[in-house]
Parts: sequence; structure tokens; C-alpha cells
Amino acid sequence: MSIDTTTAARVAKLARIKVEEADLPELAKEFSAMLGFIEQLNEVDVEGVDPMTSVTPQRLKRRADVVTDGDQPEAVLKNAPDAREGFFAVPKVVE
Amino acid sequence: MSELSKLTISAARDALKKGDITSVELTEACLAEVDKADALGAFVHKTPEIALEQAKAADARTDGGDLNGIPLGIKDLFCTKGVPSQAASGILEGFKPEYESTVTTQLFNDGAVMLGKLNMDEFAMGSSNETSVYGNAVNPWKAGDAELTPGGSSGGSASAVAADLCLGATGTDTGGSIRQPAAFTGITGIKPTYGRVSRWGVVAFASSLDQAGPMTKDVRDAAIMLKSMSGHDPKDSTSADLAVPDFEAALTGDIRGKTIGIPKEYRMEGMPAEISKLWEDGTAMLKDAGAKIVDISLPHTKYALPAYYVIAPAEASSNLARYDGVRFGHRAKMAAGDGITEMYEKTRAEGFGNEVKRRVMIGTYVLSAGFYDAYYNRARKVRALIKKDFEDVFAQGVDAILTPATPSSAFELGAMKDADPVQMYLNDVFTVTTNLAGLPGIAVPAGLDEKGLPLGLQLIGRPWEEGDLLNTAYTLEQSLQFVAKPNRWW
Repeated sequence: MSIDTTTAARVAKLARIKVEEADLPELAKEFSAMLGFIEQLNEVDVEGVDPMTSVTPQRLKRRADVVTDGDQPEAVLKNAPDAREGFFAVPKVVE
Repeated sequence: MSELSKLTISAARDALKKGDITSVELTEACLAEVDKADALGAFVHKTPEIALEQAKAADARTDGGDLNGIPLGIKDLFCTKGVPSQAASGILEGFKPEYESTVTTQLFNDGAVMLGKLNMDEFAMGSSNETSVYGNAVNPWKAGDAELTPGGSSGGSASAVAADLCLGATGTDTGGSIRQPAAFTGITGIKPTYGRVSRWGVVAFASSLDQAGPMTKDVRDAAIMLKSMSGHDPKDSTSADLAVPDFEAALTGDIRGKTIGIPKEYRMEGMPAEISKLWEDGTAMLKDAGAKIVDISLPHTKYALPAYYVIAPAEASSNLARYDGVRFGHRAKMAAGDGITEMYEKTRAEGFGNEVKRRVMIGTYVLSAGFYDAYYNRARKVRALIKKDFEDVFAQGVDAILTPATPSSAFELGAMKDADPVQMYLNDVFTVTTNLAGLPGIAVPAGLDEKGLPLGLQLIGRPWEEGDLLNTAYTLEQSLQFVAKPNRWW
């Protein structure tokens, strides 16, 4: 399957990665090469096969619904590029 | 002094217990080697103060275990409290975790000493350590003037252990990232069964495939380190609640009556004659040691890499969504009028390298509406078939499977620069199947090729039977007698 620049631009947008217009043709070419490789999977007969959900047969463990950690806002905010008054700061998101 | 860093973990343990050396002496010897080896690009954050403090504490301890006072290197993928942990990415520039990964916590509880953080491919995506924000890690082995890759993604770990900068190192393996670099540098590396080692505090790449494991100078050291790293962790929901056996005690060297499978699908067209020969030699050695050799078939092997390159990028695109410039790491400078979407897009464009961007976007594509069934679900079905291939041969009585570790020896840094990304992915052709099937796999150094570069063999074991697998690897190691070391040039 060949990927065009419109699709490449749409995928970049979905992934929230800015790609310059001039770089789209190269990106589309790389996507096409990778998808060409992946498309070998179409040769496999997967009729009646369930998609794998867990590589080791196990049930997710349950635990008591209790607070086990928390009350450390300073540690949580320590690595933030912009933290103010106990909050993560971001550009305005609502008008 | 410099001889001390050449010790194996087991030899250092014995010398420490007898009082022949102290951990401070051993640690100082390693730190001196680390400082002389900047040309290898292995250590990217050195932590001599932490190391010496841990070494002093180890020397003061009277009831220390096997790793008490043993200097290790830690892959940059592991979060280490107060110490940069960047996954070799620009997007985690300046990130110093407020917490310690479970694996490093357990190693430190057992008395291990951290010399520093080790280079790797960005977010563990790569097979040559060339996608790192820190620059390349370099293989201590050379076959001419050119610098060679130590493999990837655990390239810094492999380089550091092979060059005797440390006694052992942590690695992680999503498609072969412990075993391929181990093979390229003439050391031992084991990826345990999925769920054996906690993933908590290890920067996630593809959560259903990622497993951490040790990279060491021999099989015994791998057994010692793996025991410390393993065990149930309530903080990782996929961590198995199983007792951890004494892996070192399993090393008896007796494999009489074991059945070793030789998969015909791993006999690739164009495989170098030296690799075929080593594989045959290894088979003969296991037979001489009393194992029964059987030819087996793993019919879906060919589809492992394409399935991997759907599943791993899909999981990566989801895991790496957290790098948005809000909670940690890099945030792009914004232009007038930029909103939060522009902040995300610019931050991720600046912070991620090209290979990471490519995989995140491929993952986004295969998960997007209209393609989910055709790519992602199909790949998960093929993955189920690959796992069944292994279950079928184990049901036939096979105890372990012997294969080559890599399709070639180490290549030159930069050699793949203009190649199609898929060419680089072929490095993992022999290792990726075990990640998809969740099985343990170990690479042991087997010999040198005509260029004088190391080649490895891989053994794949039954789930949760790392002890048995390590014993088979130990038996093979005894026969192979690989003792070559790189000539020092750094």
C-alpha cells in the first residue's frame, strides 16, 4: 500500500508531531516501505484465530480499593517545565 | 588496580567475602576505567559519589548477599532517583525521577553499586545505538580502523561490560535489545520470561514485549544478577506472582536427557558460513554433553518481524503519548498565538528523534479507524500463531531451542545510514520471536568470525524455566570456551 502526503500529514496530526510540509514526501515514502514490509502478514491464514491479549495466561490481580500513595504534590510537580501554585501550567485551553 | 574491573561478579563476590578486596577498591578501579573510556560513549551519566557511598555501605555490611559491593552500570531506561534518566531522548532532557525503579531498588537492596547510567538507542528503538541523543556508543571490538556498533538498544551496557568498565549491567529487551548487543560484543545476556522482572520504573516502549535482564561476562553472573532483578511486584500488573528459584544453583553442567530443538526456519538464505558452522558446532557440543538433538519446525517464524513492526509501534504510540511537555522533560518555545495543540506538536517534533517519530506515527496509523483490524488485529492473531509454534514443539518434549543470535557480526557505525529502515530491523530476525511468545532467551558468546569479531548463539527456553535454560547455556559455555577479549584502543 502506498501512502500519499495527505495521509502522512493526517497521521502526523493524529500523533501530535509537527512535520514540515517539505518533509512530507520523504515521510510518506518511509511509511510506504514499512507498510510494504508489514503487508507480508496478509499471507498468513488467521481464520478462527483469536488475537493475543496476554502473552502469559494470567488474570489481572486485584487489590483492595484503598489509597496506597499520594500527598506529595511537590515531588509530582518537581520535573514539570512550568508549574505554578501547585498546578501544572499549560497554554489557555478554554476561551 | 585496573585488573579488578576485569573480575566476574562471582569471582568478585568470593574475593569480597574472603576479605581479599573491598568494594571501595573494586569500585574505584571501575570508576578509573570508566573515566578512561569516554571514547566508547558507554557511560552517559556518571555517578561516582553514589557509587562510593554504596561501596562504603557494602563494606560495612557483614551479612551481604551475592551482589553486595558489586559495581554495575544501569541502562538509561531505568528510573533512578535523583539521577538523570532520559531513555537517551531529548524529550526527557533534565528529567530526574523522584522514585526508583523496582529493578534498581532490588539490586541496591542486595548491595549492588551503581557506577552510572548507560547509553542506549532512544526509547530502546534501534539495533545499533545510533539513535541516542547522547551520540553513539562504540563497540570495544574492532576489525580495522572503523568504529563498530555495539548493537542496540542496550549498546552502552554491552560496550561497558565487554570493555570491563563494570562487572555487569542491566539491559532491556523488546525485540532483541539484550541478546543482539551481547552477541556483538562477546558477552552474555538473558531476556527472562515476560513477567519475571518488574517493568515498574522502566521507561515503557512496548509494554507487552518489554523485559529487563542482566548483561554479564558469563552465564553464572547472569544467573546471580537475574535472581536479584526478578520477582513479583504489585506495582506491575503483569508481573508474575511466582517464587524466584536460585538460578545459580541450577548450574550443574548436566544436561543429559534434555532435548534440544534445531529450527529449520532459522537457516536463512545467505547466512554467513561462519554462523552456520558455529551453529553446527554448538549443536554437536550439546549432543556430546548428552542432550538429544531433534529437528523442529516453527512455521510462522518469517512473520515475526512484520508482526513485531505492527505491535511494537502501536504500543509505543500509546506509551509515548505521555511526552507532551506538561509533566516532565522538554517543552518547546511557543510562538505568539500558539495554543495547546501547537505546544504538543512542536514539543514532540523537537524532543523525539527521527526513528522514534517514525515508529510513533506508524503505530498511530495501524491503530487508526479503518486500519485497526487490517493491521493491528491481524498482527495480534499472527502473534498467537507464533506462540503456538513454540507451544507445539515444547509439547513434543523439546526443552530448549538452539539458534544463531544474530545474522551477522557487528557492523560499522554509519553503515546503515542510507539504508531502508527495514534493513536495520532484520538484525532482530532471530531474537524477536521470543518477545512475541513471551519466552526466555539467552545469548552466549560462541566464537570469532574471520574478521576477528564475536558471534553469539541463542538458546530459547520454556516459560518460567530460566534455571534450566541457564544450565543449558552454562553447559554450552563450558564447551565453547570463549575467552577472547577486545584489544584496548580507547
